[in-house]
Amino acid sequence: MSPEEAAELIDRELIFELPNDLQCIEDAVEFVVSRCSTCQDVARKLRFNFRVSLVEALSNAMIYGNGRDPAKRVRLEVRLRSGRLTARVTDQGRGFNPLRVPDPTTPENLLEEGGRGLFLMRKLMDEVHYNDRGNSVTLILHLAGSGPFQDQATA
Amino acid sequence: MAFDVKRETGEVVIVDVEGQLIVGNRQELKQAVLAELEGGARKFLVDFTNTGYIDSSGLGVLVSLSKKIREQEGELRLSSLNEDLRTLFELTKLDTLFRIADSREEGLQDF
Repeated sequence: MSPEEAAELIDRELIFELPNDLQCIEDAVEFVVSRCSTCQDVARKLRFNFRVSLVEALSNAMIYGNGRDPAKRVRLEVRLRSGRLTARVTDQGRGFNPLRVPDPTTPENLLEEGGRGLFLMRKLMDEVHYNDRGNSVTLILHLAGSGPFQDQATA
Repeated sequence: MAFDVKRETGEVVIVDVEGQLIVGNRQELKQAVLAELEGGARKFLVDFTNTGYIDSSGLGVLVSLSKKIREQEGELRLSSLNEDLRTLFELTKLDTLFRIADSREEGLQDF
């Protein structure tokens, strides 16, 4: 296998076990985005939507999922396959019910400091799915066509 | 990522957000602004000319600072949001909460 072929293969699947440390999120996100150079046709969504959503998923996992426990880990799996960029973030917590998260844009919630993470992920990514336990979120970006963010931005 | 806090024009404290405003550094921004507030400053402009992206905790810290500054009868303004950042504020409806100027110069006018 040539180096180019190996790089292509690596670019299609990245798996990390991250320490439960908020300070490592930015570097992890930048590394993932740098390895997705084959996705430049969706450069804007990758540059902004994916970065923000991945930060949200990782910070939710470390803060709420793992309860800031430095002994716990967060698993990040990134795959580029079949026209979709998929990032799955799994923590070691008990999980939560994403349907119970209130709408942060209502007047009673607008002045709250927190509560916008899941909302942003849903707005910025093409698909967001949780597992039944609620400790693993999958973010999906379609690599062809425009997603919800572009629609919003040009509306 | 870094924050540059300075008083360029009279009594307005200008905060430049360099890089990202996210969960890993939001407390740094909060502490810097609160220190100025406790020191007597009441007019703040946060400029995003050199900002890459903001996450929900970055938005949250701006909301928190806005409340604390208003409690002291001060004002927080934002400026120079690029298209992506402005869309974040629109999606979350925080564009209704903040006074957002297109440029730093516009943000400093009529403070």
